[in-house]
Amino acid sequence: MLEEFRKQYAWQIRELQFTLKLLRRNPSAVGGFAIILVMVLMALSAPLLAPYNPIQISLADRLAPPTAAHWFGTDEIGRDILTRVMYGARISLWIGIVVVTIAGGLGAIIGAVAGYLGRSVDNAIMRVMDVILSFPPLVLAMALAAALGPSLNNAILAVAFVMIPKFARMVRGEALAVKEKQFIAAARASGAGSFWIVWHHILPNCFSSVIVLGTLILGETILIAASLSFIGLGAQPPTPEWGAMISVGRKFLMDQWWYATFPGLFILVTVIGFNIFGDALRDVLDPRIRR
Amino acid sequence: MEPIIAARDLVKHFPIRQGFLGRRVMHLKAVDGVSFHVNRGETLGLVGESGCGKTTVGRLLLNLLGLDGGSVHFKGVELSALQGRALREVRRHLQVVFQDPHSSLDPRMLVKKIVGAPLEVNGLARGAEVVRRVKAMLAEVGLNEEHVYRYPHEFSGGQRQRIGIARALITGPEFIVFDEPTSALDVSVQAQILNLAKDLQRRHGYAYLFISHDLSVIRHMSHRIAVMYLGIIVESGGAEELFGEPLHPYTRALIGALPQPDPAVRRRLSTLPGDVPSPVHLPPGCRFHPRCPEAFQICSRSAPGLREVKHGHWAACHLYS
Amino acid sequence: MGAALLEIRDLSVQFFTYQGVVRALEGVSLSVAEGEILGLVGETGCGKSVLARAVLRVIAEPPGKITAGRVLFKGRDLLALDRRQMRRIRGNEISMIFQEPMSSLNPVFTIGNQMMEVVTLHQRVGRDEARGICLDMLRQVKMPDPDQVLAKYPHELSGGMLQRAMIAMELSCRPDLLLADEPTTALDVTVQAQVLTILEELTRSRGVAVLFISHDLGVIAQLCDRVAVMYAGKIVETAAVAELFAAPRHPYTRGLLQAIPRIGRGREELAVIPGSVPGLVDPPPGCRFHPRCAHRFAPCDRQVPALFEPAPGHHVACHLYASGESR
Repeated sequence: MLEEFRKQYAWQIRELQFTLKLLRRNPSAVGGFAIILVMVLMALSAPLLAPYNPIQISLADRLAPPTAAHWFGTDEIGRDILTRVMYGARISLWIGIVVVTIAGGLGAIIGAVAGYLGRSVDNAIMRVMDVILSFPPLVLAMALAAALGPSLNNAILAVAFVMIPKFARMVRGEALAVKEKQFIAAARASGAGSFWIVWHHILPNCFSSVIVLGTLILGETILIAASLSFIGLGAQPPTPEWGAMISVGRKFLMDQWWYATFPGLFILVTVIGFNIFGDALRDVLDPRIRR
Repeated sequence: MEPIIAARDLVKHFPIRQGFLGRRVMHLKAVDGVSFHVNRGETLGLVGESGCGKTTVGRLLLNLLGLDGGSVHFKGVELSALQGRALREVRRHLQVVFQDPHSSLDPRMLVKKIVGAPLEVNGLARGAEVVRRVKAMLAEVGLNEEHVYRYPHEFSGGQRQRIGIARALITGPEFIVFDEPTSALDVSVQAQILNLAKDLQRRHGYAYLFISHDLSVIRHMSHRIAVMYLGIIVESGGAEELFGEPLHPYTRALIGALPQPDPAVRRRLSTLPGDVPSPVHLPPGCRFHPRCPEAFQICSRSAPGLREVKHGHWAACHLYS
Repeated sequence: MGAALLEIRDLSVQFFTYQGVVRALEGVSLSVAEGEILGLVGETGCGKSVLARAVLRVIAEPPGKITAGRVLFKGRDLLALDRRQMRRIRGNEISMIFQEPMSSLNPVFTIGNQMMEVVTLHQRVGRDEARGICLDMLRQVKMPDPDQVLAKYPHELSGGMLQRAMIAMELSCRPDLLLADEPTTALDVTVQAQVLTILEELTRSRGVAVLFISHDLGVIAQLCDRVAVMYAGKIVETAAVAELFAAPRHPYTRGLLQAIPRIGRGREELAVIPGSVPGLVDPPPGCRFHPRCAHRFAPCDRQVPALFEPAPGHHVACHLYASGESR
């Protein structure tokens, strides 16, 4: 049973090993991955390792500066900021993954269908995508989130919607190239219909670029989600989301710098981490460089 | 016994936009009235240089391109009259083997799926039955059963062409179009593939349309040959006849330009003046007349039709009108 | 023919890739006499293109590397020259034409521009004189309307015309040796006939030696004086062209000649060489052809065969001819 699996996927396993080897040698990949790993571990271990309860109020310790007891200080109702930052990682990463999965999945299908079917279908779909893309992503996300009502899930849907055209556009480009290959003509000659070809031929050939784009967009997603929370449209109190924390912490910026600074710092580092890892991944997966 | 495939007056024009804002529309007359037939167990060789339309003819037969005129008949039934299920039933009998072993197989698909897809897509088999038939087909084309779990890039060019042939034959077709199947292969591998194709034809009685620009390969593979130039057939007949006594000046030039692998037979290669003209701006009268060493008055004024000059040997040339 | 113009001795070239070290050429020795047309024939991966590029030293240094051997041109070892000296030889004393004329020419410059660049680079002439030389060369390759062609861009010319322009360009500085890497493979057969005729006329009349690389045995038979057959990075047989086709001695050469379809042979079955060309990262030990050879015996998988001479001027790298007899 395991033998069958290994035989069938032998080549994928070898390719994966080769990719990992190339990534290990690339400083951006290693650096970016390290950052991502730290954030993921932090998110996963929050319930176990966080020193305090994220919503535990302690008015006696409010607005305390960073000390041995509270490494990142406390907020205006005495909640430990380190704990809240750690739990915030769970939320931000969760948002990122869900948004990229929805936008990537839907966007890829839309783009592949548009690219393969071409002409009027392609025109119709891409004009819709163009309309969405013509709005600054944050503004559009805001409008959608506001229309749907302020909540974390609505923020996720809003951001996913805004990101779909980016995937669609990229996959459409790849579909146009793949469409001309002889194996597509062979599939049509065998009697395969358009949707079969899109699902079995076009999409698998766009897979790695979707992964790379997803990694790059993840950073942007976290930023937009944090911005939505910042203006009160995303995560609602008492959820310890990084953007929401900055929103409140802004008022205290002059005297209690730690409140807004730490969440902000973590947003910055996380987004940078995903960006440089995504860049390195794109280089490593580029078939020309892989020779 | 009627022919497996009969093509009548096939026409395909591609619109080309030129001029400011693409308003002027010219037509690239890729295929301009082509007729032929192929019988069971026989190979018709279609030969010509680039731009003659031979590849387009292949695509038209397989319905990969829409016909602008003419008709295709399979065992007497006209294809355009069929729809839906009946059409699909017939379509699985018309298959194709492509030229480029590197791009004719999906690099992300297992051989099992590549060869098995035609069965699944046409609802002819499922699951374990598909795997069984794929393995049997691979054995028939000279590959190992184990190869079902491999990817195209793990194979050499010749082996990939065998996979392409297996894919074409798995639905049990009666007619196969070979579109330059060995042009991208080395000489020693080409020999293997050509022998395989002929062997399969002997065993199963397939009808082939063999498209190539290589005259020696065409001579080796075909029972009958049709020579194309700028979208029409200029000569057709039995292979031995055609090479033994070529009638059309273009055929003579093609044969004369071919370098023979025998230094004892060194001679001046016959050359034609000028280049192959574009199928957009066709010369008036006979399409070949500007380059023809035997052109005379009438050639620039009227186009000669394809006429049976000798039994079974046709030529489109005023020399024989 | 004349004295040896180009003498390649024991040349080895390797490529360092992720998959391992590709031994593209190993101990290759070859010579081209003045004014002769030497054909270099072989299948994909045999190293014929690498050989030509090694002579001109245009192999990309990583990942490639010339690891051993000497390339003597008019007595000087090209591998020992510095960059400036090599540049004076390229295009001037040794020229090269390639398979795809479209990719060998810069699409954003006119033909005239590129031709004159070559002329002015190597010869001390003014623009007008350079233009005159270019026009003269175009006429020699029977290009219709040479003045107009000078002003055209590569995409405006057909494949055959581009290749003729390339020949004109590469012969404009009167080199002694022309390396032609599959120059007609991408052309239609009637256009190929034109280009080959022009190439032969021009090089014969100017006494230019040609190293003509091709996989097409028909072209080789019609054009060349002598032929060298390559397989998997080594030379397996060299002979005068009539001798090679009439009495091929190496099993690979014999197999190749029997595998090509010929017009005279009708629908006769083609003889097949079993197996396929080996990868060059880990080539077979001893004779590289032995796994596919019907005549292999004891020494073949252990010892690399030397070049034996079973007949004068006819060299074969095969153990069958070790004791000097012909078989």
